[in-house]
Parts: sequence; structure tokens; C-alpha cells
Amino acid sequence: MKLKFLQKSETHSENSRALIEGTRDGIPVALGYLAVSFSLGIVARSAGLTAFQGFLASALVNASAGEYAGFTVIAADAPYLEMVIVILIANARYFLMSCAMSQRMSHETRLPHRLLLGNYITDEFFGLAISRPGYINPSYSYGSILVAAPCWAIGTAIGVIAGNLLPLRVVSALNVALYGMFLAIIVPPARKNKVIAGLILICFASSYAASLLPIISDLSAGTRTIILTVAISAIAAFLFPVKQRGETGNDT
Amino acid sequence: MTHNTYIYLIIMAAVTYSIRVLPLTLIRKEIKNQFFQSFLYYVPYVTLAVMTFPAILGATQSPISGALALIIGVIIAWLGASLFSVSLACCAVVFISELILFAPV
Repeated sequence: MKLKFLQKSETHSENSRALIEGTRDGIPVALGYLAVSFSLGIVARSAGLTAFQGFLASALVNASAGEYAGFTVIAADAPYLEMVIVILIANARYFLMSCAMSQRMSHETRLPHRLLLGNYITDEFFGLAISRPGYINPSYSYGSILVAAPCWAIGTAIGVIAGNLLPLRVVSALNVALYGMFLAIIVPPARKNKVIAGLILICFASSYAASLLPIISDLSAGTRTIILTVAISAIAAFLFPVKQRGETGNDT
Repeated sequence: MTHNTYIYLIIMAAVTYSIRVLPLTLIRKEIKNQFFQSFLYYVPYVTLAVMTFPAILGATQSPISGALALIIGVIIAWLGASLFSVSLACCAVVFISELILFAPV
């Protein structure tokens, strides 16, 4: 009985530590989100959305490319079915991320956590969650979400209202915050694992090629990301199969 | 405007939520198939790498400052800097390099 109590308080303090770490790691995401959502707000404004509608869109959807694509549909006054298709394509990569995340979830992670965490599978929150070894701790994710998600919605509303108030140079600098974060997630594992290192270089090269090649470059950035992710990951899985379950969780 | 903006927003939210939450709630078991297991292991790194380059070059006012941020970011991440430091360093590199690039002559 006593032991059980001790274990419980241990997980409790572990969770609050994870929550604090998540909050800290959420700060660069929040900065990047402010910058990106600000420019997204400008697009929302030109599509005819009010500040409240822009806020609502970002609070509910949490997706940069998806929202951008959605706003263009609204601006064109296109049929509702077109919105469904456009969003499916623009956000399909989250489906892949969700599959990958399901394999990093403990069996004990219950449905409410899954329903809530699922809503916040963005490139950034996903990146943060998988950057930690072992099973995903929902507390860590909640920490990062609490700091950054409001910035995304508020930034969009400010973008609708204030358009071009922020100096371009500041927006430009804040824009790379998210890419800096991606680098901090993919580079350390690459240092330990040569396959990942080689893979990243191949990804850079093929992503660059795809942005230039005829036909492929006409596809949206989101669609190109899906095609390249599926193709490169499949080839890597075929050539360099990962041996054991433990390995997948621990060498990040 | 013949369509209602709020209905558009509800569609956006509902479709996006389904995409995100279905695999996470439905796939409860560990995938045993080695190919799929390896595939899903590589997906995060591949997708983040694909999204980073060449997009980082277009995120800034000049591709030069974006490229500098990429190089410095990779170096200090390699040396073991924290997520927050790498991110902040990239912002600083862009800000400073654009001060120099766009300095009035």
C-alpha cells in the first residue's frame, strides 16, 4: 500500500517535471507561431475573414498550410466539397505523423489523452513529442501546447487587425524559429546514427529537386512533403530495417 | 458570398481533426511488421528534413540569411545545443545578417 503510494507520487513529480520541460521547449514554437500566424492573418483578412473568424480558424485547425489552403477556398467562394478535398490533401501528412505517434504511445495512455493530443499534431508539437526518448508523456506535450497554441490563434487575429505593423525584418527573423527547432530535433540523432544522417542529406537534396522539377513543383508544398516522406521512408525501411522495438524508442 | 464562412471553418476543423485523431485512437497495438515498424521509425526525421529545406531559404527576406541560419543551426545542434538555443540562434543569425545585407550604402 505504502509502496503504491510512493510510486504514484513519483510518477506525479515526473509528470510535473515533464510539464515544465514542455513549457520551456514550447517557447521557440510560440515565437515561430506568432510570426507565421501573423502572416497567416494577413491572408485571412484578404479572404474576407474577421479577426474573430481568423482566431477561430487557428484555434480549431492548428495548421499553417491547411489554413492557408482553406482561406484561398473561402476567398474563391468555392463549393463546400472542395474545402473537404483541399483540407484532406493539405493536411494528409498529419495522418502519417499520427500513425508514427501511435507507435510511441504507451498502452496505458487513455482515450481522452489521445483525443486531445491528436488535435495538436502539428509539425512542431509532433517534432517535440518524438524528440524525447521512450514513450510519449502527454504532460510534456500539454506543456508545449499550453505555451504555443494560444500564440497561434492570437497571432492570427493580430495579423487580421494589424496587417503590416511589425517590421519586415523582425518577421523575417522570427520565421526561422520553427526551422531552427526542426534542426535541433533531427541533427542530434543524425550524429549518433549514420543512416539518419545520410537520410537527412538525401531529403534535403530531393526536396530541393522536387521544388524545381516540372509538374512536381506545381504540386502544393504539403503534397510534395507527403510524396517524398512516403517514398524516402519506404526505401529507407526496405534498405535499413530497424531491428528492435527498444531501438526505436531509445536512440533518439 | 453565397457560402457561410462559419460552415467553411467547421468543415476545415472537422476534416483536420479526423485525419489527426483516427490513427492515434484506432492503432492501439504495436505494429509487428518489420517493414512498417521501420517505415514509421523513419517518417519523423524524413518529414521534418523535407519540410526544412529548401523552405528555410524562402522564409527570410534573402535566401542568403536563410542559408546562414541553416548552416549555423546544423553546427550548433550537432555540438549539442538545446532546442531553444538552436532556434534562437537561427533567429539571431537572420536578424544580424539582414542588418548587414540590407544596410543603407
